Amino acid sequence: MGNNPYSPHTEADRAAMLERVGVRDIDELLGAIPNDARHPKLGIGPGLSELEVQAHLERIAKLNTTAGSGPFFIGGSIQRRYIPAAVPVLALRGEFLTAYTPYQPEVSQGTLQATFEYQSLMAELLAMEVVNSSMYDGSSATAEAAFMAVRVTGRHKVIVATEVDFTYRRTLRTYGRGPELEIIEVPTAKLASSAEGAACLIVQHPDAFGSLVDVRQIADAAHAAGALCVQVTEPHANALLEPPGALGVDIAVGEGQPLGITMSYGGPHLGIFACRESLVRQMPGRIAGQTLDANGTRGFVNTLQTREQHIRREKATSNICTNEALAAITAAVYLSLLGPEGLRAAARAGVARAHKLANRLAALPGCAIANDGPFFDRFTLRTEMGGWDLRNALIALGIQVEATASHYYAGAKQTGKEPAQANAKPYVGGRREGRDDVIVQCTELTTEADADALVDAVAQLTRSGETVAAR
Amino acid sequence: MSVRTQTIPDVGAKTPVPALEPLLFELARPGRSGRHVVSHDAADIPAAFQRKAPLRLPELTEPQVVRHYTHLAQLNYSVDTGMYPLGSCTMKYNPKVNDRVASLFADLHPRQSYRTTQGVLALAYEIEQMLAKITGMDFVSLQPQAGAQSEFTALLVFKAYHAKRGEAATRRRIIVPDSAHGTNPASAAMCGYQVTTVKSDARGNVDLDALRSALGPDVAGFMLTNPNTLGLFEERVRDVCDAVHAAGALVYGDGANMNALLGVARPGDLGFDCVHINVHKTFSTPHGAGGPGAGPLCVKAHLRPFLPKPWIVREADGSYHYDTAREDREPAGLGDSIGTIKQRLGNFGVLVRAYTYMKTLGEEGMVETGRDAILAANYLLALLRPAYDLAYDRPPMHEFVISAAKQKKQGASALDVSKALLDEGFHSPTVYFPLIVPEAMMIEPTETEPRETLDAFAAAMLRIAERVKTDPAAVRDAPRFTPLRRLDEVTAARKPVLRYAVPGVAGAE
Repeated sequence: MGNNPYSPHTEADRAAMLERVGVRDIDELLGAIPNDARHPKLGIGPGLSELEVQAHLERIAKLNTTAGSGPFFIGGSIQRRYIPAAVPVLALRGEFLTAYTPYQPEVSQGTLQATFEYQSLMAELLAMEVVNSSMYDGSSATAEAAFMAVRVTGRHKVIVATEVDFTYRRTLRTYGRGPELEIIEVPTAKLASSAEGAACLIVQHPDAFGSLVDVRQIADAAHAAGALCVQVTEPHANALLEPPGALGVDIAVGEGQPLGITMSYGGPHLGIFACRESLVRQMPGRIAGQTLDANGTRGFVNTLQTREQHIRREKATSNICTNEALAAITAAVYLSLLGPEGLRAAARAGVARAHKLANRLAALPGCAIANDGPFFDRFTLRTEMGGWDLRNALIALGIQVEATASHYYAGAKQTGKEPAQANAKPYVGGRREGRDDVIVQCTELTTEADADALVDAVAQLTRSGETVAAR
Repeated sequence: MSVRTQTIPDVGAKTPVPALEPLLFELARPGRSGRHVVSHDAADIPAAFQRKAPLRLPELTEPQVVRHYTHLAQLNYSVDTGMYPLGSCTMKYNPKVNDRVASLFADLHPRQSYRTTQGVLALAYEIEQMLAKITGMDFVSLQPQAGAQSEFTALLVFKAYHAKRGEAATRRRIIVPDSAHGTNPASAAMCGYQVTTVKSDARGNVDLDALRSALGPDVAGFMLTNPNTLGLFEERVRDVCDAVHAAGALVYGDGANMNALLGVARPGDLGFDCVHINVHKTFSTPHGAGGPGAGPLCVKAHLRPFLPKPWIVREADGSYHYDTAREDREPAGLGDSIGTIKQRLGNFGVLVRAYTYMKTLGEEGMVETGRDAILAANYLLALLRPAYDLAYDRPPMHEFVISAAKQKKQGASALDVSKALLDEGFHSPTVYFPLIVPEAMMIEPTETEPRETLDAFAAAMLRIAERVKTDPAAVRDAPRFTPLRRLDEVTAARKPVLRYAVPGVAGAE
């Protein structure tokens, strides 16, 4: 008692327990552990009280500049959006938060029904037939989609657009080293003509830079070549844009974080994974399904488990076990609170503010919007200053944007046979075709004042930017 | 909400059984809304891209949504509700301060500059240091988001390690014990490896002779859980690791059962080349009804070059950045790294909770945790021995596996016993795993259950064993006092209904 504040055992408890076990000391139970390895000194310091630990973490947290502390335009797959008050109140209830995977459905109907509802809501939003209960995040969902396409088609070549979120492509390449897939990156414009012999074409719409993409034409090209079409999607975009299921997409994946989940520096988030019903037996991850109990009452269970690792071991469709169930429940709470009109409103606000802001910025001398065509709720701003310099100068002014340089790298071809060599390439060279820009993301949280601050700062910086460029 | 009542057997008390809840879709009516986000903006989207598919999300008011999820929550069993003795899942108490502290780091985007996230980097750096010390390893990657992803990451590391030595083409096999979690062979297969299974010996250890004959120049690695899934510490763990290393292969430690070793022993001192940590088990972060977790990978120095990038660098002045170039401009070369598993720091929100827990326990608290977990398991086993068979008779670590084979002969299986436990107000242990024990029931009490609760759980188990002798049909009929009776999983799989049938929408059931 005393050292671990969560341990309930008094010395009297321990003595009674030891007596029942029939030993005098816990050490007698450690006989299998090599003597010299027992009770090593860890060197991690003494335990703190709750008050001390709270204060300690508050001190560390103060070293960060939170997104909400100034104009914030970083986004992409992870977005700063409004989270209704009821979302954390409900999703973080102890009965959801501290439950395990619903292995005993009779006492886990809360989890299982909420999961079934998440699957139903997401299926409706994406217009896809089947949604699983979650993957870790958008990047692993994308990699698992490629693996699934490989299983379905028996082919080993994956074609991914360079306009797909760069973190997803990195994860895809890393995952691909396992089964030694051939992974080829081509511009979105060349996806359709690259389908020959591919397991899948992976396209993002809206893409990482915000541009709208003609997915239907890519899906058609994939199908004509016997390949699958995988679309990386963002949840809010589907409130206004034709969803993957209406575009001929076979597997839709994406990051569900914008649906009421905090950014939390990258996780825990929500991997969305949806597919055609005809492919469901190749799908990774847990799926909740409806059934009846012994009295004939409707209930929910985890189903189609013969795909999963605990049953099929090395023949499973994936190794995933722990997923992001709580995030899926959170997303369902968010969607049920916002409803169709609230979701459309949030999405519309982002689009409208992005377009208005883009017009203002494009009117500044030396500034241009670099998207090739129509964009959604983020856009790419090109200035004479260069993206990194502009981004860093804006940070100094308390404004946070993302530069595009990290999105590009040369040598986008990975052949499974020589992973080390191929993998070294993508990180060489940060710029491509002179596209050294910044990306500006807007959401319903982007205010008029935020927009004013960015416009003023860019105007000021790009005026003096000529000197920067000259130097 | 209508309330049924249940009578708890042998206690006689009546407690309400929460009523079932309609689906969200069934509660909705067109025109209801919550006014959480309102926008009068018009979105400029070309007609060709606009959504034409219907968007039939349910329309509800906030009070309806709150009651709906509150009712659903009441249908769940959780650690906050009671003892949750799922073996190998370490369902210990989840401290509430951890959740509150995590919210301090909620409003941060992973693509922010290192300059605006010094707190994140400082914290992550310290987490890496602490985990290395606790596991006896040298370096840590925080990227993997769960144990299984960490297994996969480690096997990619193994592959890169062997590739560096020119042996990638020849080392194509991974060996796992027959007691291994299903994720081990599944991760190996995902990584392109063939899987060989070796049997356990009569004492529940890896059969060293079988392992030695399975090893060879074609083996890349061996995956070992220690304590294993029988709850037993590998008695010849160093010989096992030596044998693997002698064959030029690497030893992967599955850290699912690390709670037993907390402050008691370190994988790094036992011969493992790496080990993952399930922080949602060992370090008390809530498992969220199936996730999130986090699965940091801890490795010895010889595997560091292959860890996922980027890495955190601490400067002499106490500032931090990634090993991408200082200005985040040009990412540094990958070198021998396998690449990136998850951008930046994985499930950072989970890791903050784990850090808070580690700081709360400190060195002494950690030692006490491991020892109390072991004591609790041995105590509970002593209470259950009179009624249930023990597969391997030696002192377990933090969990143990009993067999309901005797009960099965009397007419009720491990599944039946587990369902009867639900009627007694307890969650069931893990059943039918590990696969090598017939009618297995894998029980992990953890260090946070008081002795009274352990006694009550044992009493329930003993009552069920008695009932199996006298009235096995009643046990087969359990559960009767849960919100639902046993569910028909066969039909669920044969005729899958995986989403609500929105009326009039193609593709729905």
